[in-house]
Amino acid sequence: MSKGVLVDVTRCIDCKSCMVACKVWNDLPSRKTEFSNDLDAGQLNSDTYTVVNNCISENGGEVVWRFVKRQCMHCKEPACESACFTHSFVKTKEGAVIYKPTVVDQDYCVGCRYCMIACPFGVPTFQWEKAFPYVEKCTFCYERTQQGLKTACTQACPTGALKFGDREELLAEAWQRINNNPNYVKHVYGEKEYGGTSWLYISDVPFAQLGFKTEVFNRPVTEKSIPSLTWDVLKWTPYIFVGWGALLTAMRAYTKRRAEVHNEEEMYGPVDPKE
Amino acid sequence: MYGRNWSFRITWFRILLIILVLGAAAACLYRFIFGLGAVTNLSDQWPWGLWIGFDLLCGIALAGGGFSTALVVHVLHRDKYLPIARAALLTSLLGYIISLVSLFLDIGRWFNFWRPFFYWGFHSVLFEVFWCISLYTTIQVLEFGDIFFEKVKFPALKKILGYMMTPLLILGIVLPSLHQSSLGSLYIVAIDKLYPLWWSMLIPFFFVWSAFFLGPAMVTVEGTLASRAYGRQPELPVFQSMTKLTMWMMIIYFIVKMIDLNYRGVFGMAFNGSYESNMFLIEMIVFVLLPIFMYAIPSIRTKLWGVVTASLLVVVGVVFNRMNVVFTGMAKSVGGSYFPSIWEFLITIGMWSALALAYLFIVENFSILPKEEHTHSTHTSYGPSFHA
Ligand code: SF4
Ligand code: SF4
Ligand code: SF4
Repeated sequence: MSKGVLVDVTRCIDCKSCMVACKVWNDLPSRKTEFSNDLDAGQLNSDTYTVVNNCISENGGEVVWRFVKRQCMHCKEPACESACFTHSFVKTKEGAVIYKPTVVDQDYCVGCRYCMIACPFGVPTFQWEKAFPYVEKCTFCYERTQQGLKTACTQACPTGALKFGDREELLAEAWQRINNNPNYVKHVYGEKEYGGTSWLYISDVPFAQLGFKTEVFNRPVTEKSIPSLTWDVLKWTPYIFVGWGALLTAMRAYTKRRAEVHNEEEMYGPVDPKE
Repeated sequence: MYGRNWSFRITWFRILLIILVLGAAAACLYRFIFGLGAVTNLSDQWPWGLWIGFDLLCGIALAGGGFSTALVVHVLHRDKYLPIARAALLTSLLGYIISLVSLFLDIGRWFNFWRPFFYWGFHSVLFEVFWCISLYTTIQVLEFGDIFFEKVKFPALKKILGYMMTPLLILGIVLPSLHQSSLGSLYIVAIDKLYPLWWSMLIPFFFVWSAFFLGPAMVTVEGTLASRAYGRQPELPVFQSMTKLTMWMMIIYFIVKMIDLNYRGVFGMAFNGSYESNMFLIEMIVFVLLPIFMYAIPSIRTKLWGVVTASLLVVVGVVFNRMNVVFTGMAKSVGGSYFPSIWEFLITIGMWSALALAYLFIVENFSILPKEEHTHSTHTSYGPSFHA
């Protein structure tokens, strides 16, 4: 059963309990912060798997604050997994997309960071300051969920803004909430984006205003999974290899008969460095 | 002639190059001990920078001269191009070595570099790139072995290499065709990140095609440089006869690009006045259309300055294109900013200096360039034949 989390943006009060729980459970160091008037928790980094961002938005002529927890979306067909050439990312049957070097101690990653280029949500981060850096991102609390526990962040959430469960059931519940309450935007973010994600979001203000990627270069984000796009190209490799090789061999054999014969050793020579 | 000892003349320019190489080597050492963050300006928004964008992507594209010349000379047997064949192979080999070195520098967990040989992430484009580049570099080393053993006498090995030459030559064209295109496919994942003027399902085609037509242009530029450096006659007739191939390939490139933009309905984006659209227009007008016209006009094409200028535009244009894909096209969607640090520049400059030194050393000690007396009589065959 593939797990998921339903995030109801309307219920989030920006207490940041999820951020703290995540740090504690995953044993992540804190980073030095600077004083500022900004309540926004900033961006993900290699010590921070989740952040709660503040968004000011307009809803029916009224200015409203909304708070959005961000972390890896645990895509159904993850771009990071398909990009990695050492199999360091896997989509587990439980739904989590894990990075094997740090989660299950299988250290194959070469640190090429192609996973970071590939992820459409800009999630994986890198330990830039380390000599032998790892890629870091939310693990979906893999050790916990395997034992039937909720993730640390959903466990900590005091308002029910985060709900852990089976993805399909959560999706049904999301639509139920949307249909029972006209305030919600009629969209579940994560249902279809990039082939669907395990984390699903519902909200009463348009997703674009919350910093979600809804439109890129003036058109809606792709609903096809990224791995399927890559595969559309990669699947031709063996045919090109064999076909092009055969064609070249044939051409070489055909033109060789008519070719003149050379003695290359006579033709070339070292040059004298005159300067 | 072949009994000559090794020689390497030291000039002030070469001393400067050596200093640059040593400086870069020190910086590399520092990078390996203290990590990428200590020397580069890379960040979570900009995980790939100068080394991947320039040294790897451009290095490999510029090395395209190797496989296009090999195709023309050794598969199609167009013998008039023989004088440039070896020089093209050499620069290509050196270009690949640079790319491998920069890849090695750029990977964070470099002691794991051999892992992809064993954990097959074959659904990754990078997997194909990695395998093809490693294999092709090996093949080029073997191809070069044929030249190497002309000087360093080792008849048995040379003979073995001789038997292997045909399959090596074929593989030596198939592999680079595959990975030149897969360097483009790397960016398929960047749908919704890379600006639509560059992102396309056809990007693999654009990459391999441009690497191919870049070949002759690169050979022209590099041949002219070499003849300047050594006070030789540039092989103008060879350069000229290559322009036709380049021109037609570029015309096809341009047409396909236009069709592709139209098909995806983003043609208008080229004229929306944004930074990206301007960069795209420069790329197309200055670096594609202009050289096409220069190659098409006989009074320009037949002059040395004409071919060389047009070829230089082609070479710079391909670099410009790769830079647009890696930087310009990604800037808007990933946010943040990236400009290479002084150390990144230093290491890049050092690597290219090392390439120049290696080139000088090799052409002065091995038979790479044609002997002067043959330069302009390339249509005749040379003396009795010993091997076919
Ligand atoms: S959000 Fe990014 S890192 Fe997370 S699973 Fe999807 S592609 Fe991978
Ligand atoms: S950085 Fe590591 S996990 Fe990411 S793609 Fe490269 S090898 Fe795979
Ligand atoms: S699922 Fe676990 S790792 Fe991910 S954000 Fe929540 S607590 Fe952190």
